[in-house]
Amino acid sequence: MVPQADFESYYGQQIIKTPTWKTPDVPLYLFLGGMAGASAVLAEGAALTGNRTLERTTRLVAASGAGLGTVFLVHDLGRPMRFLNMLRVFKVTSPLSVGSFILAPFASLASAAAASQVTGRLPRLGRLAGVGAAVFGPPLVTYTAALLGNTAVPAWHEAHRELPFVFAGSGACAAGGMAMLLIPAAGNPPARQMAIAGAGVELVATELLKRRLGMLAEPYEQGRSGRLMKTATRITATAAVISTIGRRSRAVSAGCGAAYLVASAMTRFGVFEAGLASARDPKYTVVPQRERLAARRAGTAAGEAHDHASHEQTGLDQVTETAAT
Amino acid sequence: MTHSLHGRLDDVTGDAGYADHPKRKGFFTDTSVCIGCKACEVACKEWNQVPDDGFELTGMSYDNTQALGASTWRHVAFVEKPVHPTTADLGLPGMGPPGFGTHESGLPQAAPAGEDQATASGDGALRWLMSSDVCKHCTHAACLDVCPTGSLFRTEFGTVVVQPDICNGCGYCVPACPYGVIDLRKEDGRAFKCTLCYDRLKEGQTPACAQACPTESIQFGDVDELRQRADARLAELHDRGVDVARLYGRDPEDGVGGDGAFFLLLDEPEVYGLPPDPVVTTRDIGSIWKHVGAAAATLVGIGVVSFAGRRR
Ligand code: SF4
Ligand code: SF4
Repeated sequence: MVPQADFESYYGQQIIKTPTWKTPDVPLYLFLGGMAGASAVLAEGAALTGNRTLERTTRLVAASGAGLGTVFLVHDLGRPMRFLNMLRVFKVTSPLSVGSFILAPFASLASAAAASQVTGRLPRLGRLAGVGAAVFGPPLVTYTAALLGNTAVPAWHEAHRELPFVFAGSGACAAGGMAMLLIPAAGNPPARQMAIAGAGVELVATELLKRRLGMLAEPYEQGRSGRLMKTATRITATAAVISTIGRRSRAVSAGCGAAYLVASAMTRFGVFEAGLASARDPKYTVVPQRERLAARRAGTAAGEAHDHASHEQTGLDQVTETAAT
Repeated sequence: MTHSLHGRLDDVTGDAGYADHPKRKGFFTDTSVCIGCKACEVACKEWNQVPDDGFELTGMSYDNTQALGASTWRHVAFVEKPVHPTTADLGLPGMGPPGFGTHESGLPQAAPAGEDQATASGDGALRWLMSSDVCKHCTHAACLDVCPTGSLFRTEFGTVVVQPDICNGCGYCVPACPYGVIDLRKEDGRAFKCTLCYDRLKEGQTPACAQACPTESIQFGDVDELRQRADARLAELHDRGVDVARLYGRDPEDGVGGDGAFFLLLDEPEVYGLPPDPVVTTRDIGSIWKHVGAAAATLVGIGVVSFAGRRR
């Protein structure tokens, strides 16, 4: 009646509900939002350094990524016609609410900047809109980690410290990769550098996540989600190495760009699926909670809280360090 | 926004902004007297006009309802657990496959002393547990915290209710609930769950399930009074030797600040499909935003590094 050996359940049924968010809508939104947000940063850098081609391309990527992402997000709603209800209230306890107030201005500003870029009209206002998009861009990339982390889904909630960094890195890879693909010329080093730095942050954060999560790392390592994560990691690492070495060839540059994009999308699907897998198996809800209870009963709660705090610090420092190099 | 996010909270309704409000209402479900009649399930469906939730035969004892969901606001769980008689094992041949009546850990499991829901019929003894589950109307309700539209709200009775005219079916409340209660109704697109019969409460009436329960397993009332009743019942059962009895969701210091609808159980919570130590996810919202912020700053850093040394 009870399938597993070391915990009990009600006929092996899951305890929490599986998220109703649809595949591919939501993981695609995570990917597109990440690409768009980081592209806005790239665009502003390009504008500041007078790199016209890069500016134009990344502005278009930011605008279309945000637009398409919004379409997927709205499509995922049970009542799409009511999507504006998202802006009815503002709640810091709801990352989806906060996210709506990031996505709405980002999409508008990025579109305005892109429109001005394409038409050549109102260049000053367009540039101002671009600066605005660059301000909302980074939070757009990372808030989606809060969206997943602020749930009862074990593999997401427990990963709430590392996921934002995984997403930041993955977003940078996607933006850099897209620009490398669209402008494969040797004259596009900023995009390449962004992708390489993003790859570093993503790979380190993913590794830290798996190490800290213990049993809850299983969905990131096993099954379909595990395969997605592993393949994404391999492609990202390979692309990072090749784009570092082969910086002169157009074909290599474009190929690496495409690889970064694919890997970034796979990371989002992998993280998403890992959460679903952890929701479906009562083991991931019961066993960690049992351990927590046992620890509390043993009166070690204080010691553990201390451990957590120091661990968190090292994790953050390491990721930030990699980003800086 | 300013309401407290975790820990003990004695006036949840006041915390939600009601200056003048009735006492907090809730359920105490005493599963030790539940007979598994499912009158609560039926009464709830009829009163609230909840559509059918499928007609399936699950093979899970008498439970064909399976779990709480958008169209199941009361769910009666039936646990059939093999038990080992407390008598000494004489090594004599018995009925049934070897190991039957053995706990899945491999350790023989003693029948709880004074167990009054067991059939003590020798080797094939079964323990019957029945429990009517419902939305817990948490003190710190994750579903409500994460709802981006404000569709989920705290009523003047301290309960948690969805407003179907506002819900846009974003689905955020679904994975946020640590108990797996609320869900989207597929054909409809919106989220639904127990309202603790908000309409009946406003008329000063008892919720349909509690009214229909023939054994008073489901008791409705003021939460503070129900807590006293639960304590008394627990003491009584312990006196009678039912050591396995325990309260679930009664403690205002637990991970959700205590449940408005709590239970007396005769086994571990997970045996009934309940999480053993639920915590409201928004307890960690500070840490979550902190890390999101740091990661966003890291991305800005990546941007700066990417253009390092390049000037117009
Ligand atoms: S049990 Fe779940 S659905 Fe009910 S109030 Fe608590 S969080 Fe919300
Ligand atoms: S599905 Fe409806 S009730 Fe649930 S969080 Fe979204 S808007 Fe709120």
